[in-house]
Amino acid sequence: MNERFQQTVDAEIKIEPKDWMPEKYRKTLIRQIAQHAHSEVVGMLPEGNWITRAPNLRRKAILLAKVQDEAGHGLYLYSAAETLGIDRDSLINDLLAGKSKYSSIFNYPTQTWADIGAIGWLVDGAAIVNQVSLQRTSYGPYSRAMIRICKEESFHQRQGYEIMITLAKGSPAQKALAQDALNRWWWPSLMMFGPHDAESSHSSQNMAWKIKRHSNDEMRQKFVDMTVPQTEYLGLTLPDPLLNWNEERGHYDFGPMNWEEFNKVVAGYGPCNVERLAARNAAHDKGDWVREAATAYAEKKAKRLKTEAA
Amino acid sequence: MSKNTWPLWEVFIRSKQGLSHKHVGSLHAADATMAIENARDVYTRRMEGVSIWVVPSEAITASSPDEKELLYDPANDKVYRHPTFYEIPPEVGHM
Repeated sequence: MNERFQQTVDAEIKIEPKDWMPEKYRKTLIRQIAQHAHSEVVGMLPEGNWITRAPNLRRKAILLAKVQDEAGHGLYLYSAAETLGIDRDSLINDLLAGKSKYSSIFNYPTQTWADIGAIGWLVDGAAIVNQVSLQRTSYGPYSRAMIRICKEESFHQRQGYEIMITLAKGSPAQKALAQDALNRWWWPSLMMFGPHDAESSHSSQNMAWKIKRHSNDEMRQKFVDMTVPQTEYLGLTLPDPLLNWNEERGHYDFGPMNWEEFNKVVAGYGPCNVERLAARNAAHDKGDWVREAATAYAEKKAKRLKTEAA
Repeated sequence: MSKNTWPLWEVFIRSKQGLSHKHVGSLHAADATMAIENARDVYTRRMEGVSIWVVPSEAITASSPDEKELLYDPANDKVYRHPTFYEIPPEVGHM
């Protein structure tokens, strides 16, 4: 069975929910897709923070639309995870109990409006590199969710970059805001791609199963290469004195990442980990009456229809 | 159904230019009305659809991918069902 499964994967044929799959393939995908879904939903929080304080109505409406999209993306991904035989309630509970991880980037605070620009440009930009790669992931429902998400994601990055342009080409105070946001979001965005290939424990099996299509370092390099010219257009400086075009490699060289900080944040000790989980729990608890009311109403209606039909 | 485990619904959307409903995904909802409203919110943010169908997932019966060969085998060798199988003399013109 394993052989036939690997042959199917190698032939670039999608694995679908009812196909036989190795138990480890199933478990790995549940973990990865769930983490991806949680990231979308928790990701609504840092940006949601600025909806009431957007500088004008247009920016507010756009930011609302972006945050709405993230909720939708979370839902596509939860649905994809459920096709692997896990229920929604368990997924949500694992997040709320702190048992499940989400992308480390969302444990950083949004301190100014410029952060919203930096997030759209850099964080969504990095996510796009990863998600474009995942469009060709071997598991059908995950692949289709990625295709749908990629279509919606590009407005997110443009929205952020537009904010950066406005600030960077604005007053000196605005430009300083933009530079400050870039300084704080650059390295965490690079670390979104995960540890170096050599230190990535899951990677080789995930590549063999074509869950993962490109390596962490490959995608990180791609992101750096495309972002440098974008930064130059803004007239801003990337906070990396070692950033340098390497003619021989045909890529930008860049400095080392602070893996100590990354591991701290992943382990739960980032600036906002506690706050994010508290916010999710509060939202879940405060929404309990809605779930209860909707369920009671649906059951009452179903009962009434049954007695009317009888 | 409990307040934390709502039934699953499959969503089908027909777009403005479309001729048929296409499956776009699934969602949980307490009842059909909520399912339609949620489907609108999740799957038509970019005016993708003019008509939404929601169907309880348990109402759908699907063929098994493993039985693909057995299920479709009788059809596979009836190539005479295709128009290109037949040779019409050119003098006759288009048929």
